[in-house]
Amino acid sequence: MAEAAIRLEQAGYRRSALVEWLTTVDHKKIGILYYWTSIVYLLLAGFLALLMRIQLAQPDMHFLGPKTYNEVMTMHGTMMIFAVAMPLNAAFFNIAVPLMIGARDVAFPRLNAFSYWSFLFGSLLMWSSFLFGHAPDAGWFGYANLSSSRLYSAGPGLDFWDLGLQVLGISSIAGALNFFVTIVNMRAPGMSLMRMPVYVWMVLITAILILLAFPSLTVGLFMIMFDRYFNTNFFNPLHGGDPVIWQHLFWIFGHPEVYILVLPPMGIISEVLPTFSRKPLFGAPFVIFAGIAIAFLSFFVWAHHMFTVGLGPVPNALFAASTMLIGIPTGVKVFNWLATMWGGSLDFKTPMKFASAAVWMLMMGGVTGVMHATVPLDYQQQDSYFVVAHFHYVIFGVIVSGLLAGTYYWFPKMYGRLLDERLGTWHFWLTFIGTNLTFFPMHFVGLDGMPRRYFTYSAETGWGTWNLVITIGAFILGLAQVLLLINVVKTMRQPATAPADPWDGRTLEWTIPSPPPAYNFAVIPTVRGRDAYWIEKYGDGHHVPAATDTTQRREVHEPRHDNPGHGPLPPGVHLPKPSWWPLIVSAGLTAMAAGMIMHGTETLGPLGFPIVGLGAFVVFFGLLGWHFEPAIEHEEAHVA
Amino acid sequence: MCCGEGAERVKDMRPISGWRRWMSVLPLAGLAWLSSGCGVIGGKIASTSDPAGDQARHIWDLFMVPVWWLTVAVFILVTGWLLVNIFRFRRKPGDTRIPPQVHGHPRLEIAWTLIPAVILALIAIPSTRLIFQLNRNPGADTNALRVQVIGHQWWWEFRYPEYGIVTAGDLHLVVDRPVVLTITSQDVIHSFWPPRLAGKVDAVPGRENTMVFTPEETGVFYGQCAELCGAQHAHMQFRVVVQTQQEFDAWVQKHRQPAPDPAPGTLAATGKELFEGPAGCAGCHSVNPTYDPSTPINKTLMVGPNLAYFAERQTLAAFLPNTVENLHQWIANTEQVKPYSIMAEKWWKIRAQQNQLLTDEQVNAIVEYLRSQQ
Repeated sequence: MAEAAIRLEQAGYRRSALVEWLTTVDHKKIGILYYWTSIVYLLLAGFLALLMRIQLAQPDMHFLGPKTYNEVMTMHGTMMIFAVAMPLNAAFFNIAVPLMIGARDVAFPRLNAFSYWSFLFGSLLMWSSFLFGHAPDAGWFGYANLSSSRLYSAGPGLDFWDLGLQVLGISSIAGALNFFVTIVNMRAPGMSLMRMPVYVWMVLITAILILLAFPSLTVGLFMIMFDRYFNTNFFNPLHGGDPVIWQHLFWIFGHPEVYILVLPPMGIISEVLPTFSRKPLFGAPFVIFAGIAIAFLSFFVWAHHMFTVGLGPVPNALFAASTMLIGIPTGVKVFNWLATMWGGSLDFKTPMKFASAAVWMLMMGGVTGVMHATVPLDYQQQDSYFVVAHFHYVIFGVIVSGLLAGTYYWFPKMYGRLLDERLGTWHFWLTFIGTNLTFFPMHFVGLDGMPRRYFTYSAETGWGTWNLVITIGAFILGLAQVLLLINVVKTMRQPATAPADPWDGRTLEWTIPSPPPAYNFAVIPTVRGRDAYWIEKYGDGHHVPAATDTTQRREVHEPRHDNPGHGPLPPGVHLPKPSWWPLIVSAGLTAMAAGMIMHGTETLGPLGFPIVGLGAFVVFFGLLGWHFEPAIEHEEAHVA
Repeated sequence: MCCGEGAERVKDMRPISGWRRWMSVLPLAGLAWLSSGCGVIGGKIASTSDPAGDQARHIWDLFMVPVWWLTVAVFILVTGWLLVNIFRFRRKPGDTRIPPQVHGHPRLEIAWTLIPAVILALIAIPSTRLIFQLNRNPGADTNALRVQVIGHQWWWEFRYPEYGIVTAGDLHLVVDRPVVLTITSQDVIHSFWPPRLAGKVDAVPGRENTMVFTPEETGVFYGQCAELCGAQHAHMQFRVVVQTQQEFDAWVQKHRQPAPDPAPGTLAATGKELFEGPAGCAGCHSVNPTYDPSTPINKTLMVGPNLAYFAERQTLAAFLPNTVENLHQWIANTEQVKPYSIMAEKWWKIRAQQNQLLTDEQVNAIVEYLRSQQ
């Protein structure tokens, strides 16, 4: 069937748009799928945050009950981490990385599609828990034995969490492998590792972190699954198990995860600041090695989430020291960004606004991070709102701001249009004010002893005033994001007239049209330095600008593709073939997880294992089909 | 007023230009206001900034010096540099100039590798010293009071092995006398946190953690659970009653035997009969304040909190003030007051299904009985 579709397409017919998106293996389209799925989830999980803020606006509110609050809180955290921040990063890996390294696609295009579909199905599986009235409620960190024992978490809520995360984990690992291999193998000639854009560097480091950190989570999730389904006692203290083991497994994953989330936005900041300062990144090798140092150290700090568990003074002191060490490369990054701006010609377009604000908020979240690493302070701050303030400054202030900077920056590469600057400015200022109004007062209530994950508090605690301010801030922050949607709708109604290089960019993605044709580069460029395109345009003191700017000229002569991918291919270009198999394998995998969840319920229990078997069958034959399907269109064309 | 001082200092700064000055002064004024701490934090029942015990005091002192002031220094450095960048190097309209392409400066890189390292060392040294001080071996302190703390979903149990006394909800301590708490849990992980007295220590089932501190003021101090432990995590409070040695001795003396039975024929006596018989309270709750410390803990644990001398307790249901109205509500409408609690799930709901909920008079009798426990 798929083959017939290909022949039709090559004969000049169009497949239906739906089929095209379902079978696409084009990294740009997969990036757009990732992007919009994550943005929808950002709004949904943000909506959950607003529900919590209504409940906490005043003491003794009865808006959400205790169990509902815990479900909303757990889903907010879990989805923001695994279904918003990670896939939104993956969206930009897809949109930008192949273009920045001068590649025509990723190393494994079908695996790329598989990553997306597993992410979509796995996250839908988790969201669906609300429809069944049993959302997970043990926090995003799912501490055993609250999470691992059906005595303390009855119902399928935690099964949705455990199995859903397993599917999302497979998606992340597949994606990480893909980008690792892509970056290592598919760079344009001349792009040595040290000439690679800093964003690509951060993606490479992130891919390695995912590959090393996720197995620990997977092992932990399997142990919880075995405790819940097969009555093992990994985390059951009554039979010799120990719930603290879960904390070690989770945080050996969980702390690198923080850097999995933040390194790519740091990379975006490292691209946006130089572009809008018209200066190269100050001390780029130091920024890169700081990223490597952060990633390396991140595997030796996990117990700083466990200072109150009772590990003893020696482990606490050692983990405090290793945690504080991370402050050094982080400081190096901040100072290099500030030095990049110094002496530049700063153009505060929307991406630059978000990136500059992210630098400041990284400092805000960083100094409180040092406080938590100071073990005695952590005895007071652990699990209080002070911690909530800290990590939201990092997650919203740096990660989301960085990704919003990326949105405004690369939107022309996604859609050939520039987002509206006026709306962008409003979006930025409301987001910035909302972020600080929401998360700064959390420091105060934290120091005043308010623990996190409380569904309510009494008036005598005196936490009410600042909580009301926080709630007002949260609503400003939430409503500000609507401006992004309005901006997108407004922009998409205009013709796609963005130039190839709207920002006077420095890297290779700006050498090709906006949006790029399906094959990205008609001729693979040759790279002469880190700011590959800037050197071709202006020289760098060592290289003179190219006498005739071939990249620019090519754009002029190339016909515009309003429907990229359907024009004739340049000679010698082979594109990966669209495929149904990634979608099918992902569906089978998710069916296995769904069957497992059913098995844990009373009503659907008998259906569980048959559905697991059916899913396994689909996965097996899906992989067979995948294996025997020719990967490249080119051969197909010859046969035909 | 302390807030005013920050604003005064701000006025003395030499003028730069109108709005630029305003922008750079704003964060400094905010900081001055914050660091003076007037009204923003403190003065609340759980404020870590109002220590009443040695551990909380040491922690707050470390927070202020050096951590807070180094934080202010970093804040001023980064915010100041960023603001200078923004206002000094902003591109003028029509400016097409390409600024000098500076790629880096190794000596600067060394400088700003060292700056954070020095700041962190300044924090790490006193911090490490305090870690070991706070975790000092409790065996050395023979004068110390010893208490076992057991977390339950969702209430706290306290046992005094030296005296064979068990109680719940209120932890009685002696002012200026060190206490060694042995903290564990009966079900899931909790975390024991009396913010004005000390930091928090997790209550982990199957493990025993210790916490050592000395209360420095008499009074009633607020405490709470700090680790997500299920639906009613927010309603797992306790109170620490810090007394003089004489008051504490009297309390111990009193708790060596159960409260006297109510006089026959009174409402309280009817309540006692209900409590021990048809109402089913005694299945989970004991009114005997003593236990045998030589038996293993799990042999002497009850499902519900010990209710001996209940009238003296600060709270009921681990969060409500101990008043007659609240007690009545709690027994009559358990499901509304604290849903998902064992008493709601395994007692109130089952009696509701069997149409055996207590009548108003019966509830009154039990309330009267518990109020007579003094």
